[in-house]
Amino acid sequence: MSLLTRLFGEKKKTAAIAKERLQLIIAREHVDGKASPDFLPALQKELLDVISKYVKIAPEDIKVQLERQDNLEILEVNIILNETSPPSRPQ
Amino acid sequence: MRIVVVTSGKGGVGKTTTSAAFASGLALRGFKTAVIDFDVGLRNLDLIMGCERRVVYDFVNVIQGDAKLTQALIKDKHADTLYILPASQTKDKEALTEEGVEKVMRELEAMGFDYVVCDSPAGIERGALMALLFADEAVVVTNPEVSSVRDSDRILGILQSKSRRAIEGREPVKEHLLVTRYSAKRVEEGEMLSYKDIQELLRVPLIGVIPESEAVLHASNQGVPAIHLKGTDVAEAYADVVSRFLGEDKPLRFVSYEKPSLIKRLFGST
Repeated sequence: MSLLTRLFGEKKKTAAIAKERLQLIIAREHVDGKASPDFLPALQKELLDVISKYVKIAPEDIKVQLERQDNLEILEVNIILNETSPPSRPQ
Repeated sequence: MRIVVVTSGKGGVGKTTTSAAFASGLALRGFKTAVIDFDVGLRNLDLIMGCERRVVYDFVNVIQGDAKLTQALIKDKHADTLYILPASQTKDKEALTEEGVEKVMRELEAMGFDYVVCDSPAGIERGALMALLFADEAVVVTNPEVSSVRDSDRILGILQSKSRRAIEGREPVKEHLLVTRYSAKRVEEGEMLSYKDIQELLRVPLIGVIPESEAVLHASNQGVPAIHLKGTDVAEAYADVVSRFLGEDKPLRFVSYEKPSLIKRLFGST
């Protein structure tokens, strides 16, 4: 480190760059590690149970998935109701 | 009996050097210790321990029933209560079965071993998974360098999901961070991640910092675990690691760098 760089400041130290990059990538990989959370199958089953109380529905008619866009997570639930199936317990 | 895995994800960071030094240190403290090489196909622990010419049977021979455990264990030259179980150099990695490894661990326990140190291969495949499967504690060896830190984070995730303790929902594997190949000078100059940076990134309690040192090569050249090289910083740093592992309070050493004084810089130092 020369006197000049000390006086006039200098470029960012590479160790600091390394730390910053690691903070980002590790945080990101922790989220990715949970890409398909293990609660999804359970959620799907419980949804099926609840909906079946009111409407006749097959297990494959419910699709649950988690999508990620940048910092946003979207839980998408698709339930297909068969037109011909009447409500099993009309209210 | 406690099973300790020495792991890292990344290769070349000092797992085998650490396994050899750490297991030797435990034995020097009087504990009956076994150190097992899980790197099937690329065994090296025997060379680092200096017992390569005494290997007759190996870990896979024991698992497959071709040899007894007592025939395969090699008694260490330097420490009375230390035994080495070498990896197979020829067999397939798939030879390491869960049942086989478990059987060997049970047998070691019955033989009265206090500690088993598992020297993990690099990567996250079978050998590495088998090395950490039965672990009670883990020493995660990390260099102050981006790829090593990232891989350590990855292996920590695996410890927390794929170890027996994790699978069975028992108390988690006790994790220890060991930073190796550390240069206090380069850290001071802002060119290297500090041990505090690494600890902050990985969030694992620090068990020690091993300085970058020429002594490590001297040790491996001779097949003598680095902890035996009296008077070297590496030997002392490893001895401190063993003390901390056993619950003793030891301040960190070899982590600060004193800049040479102006006089020294002008006239040179010896």
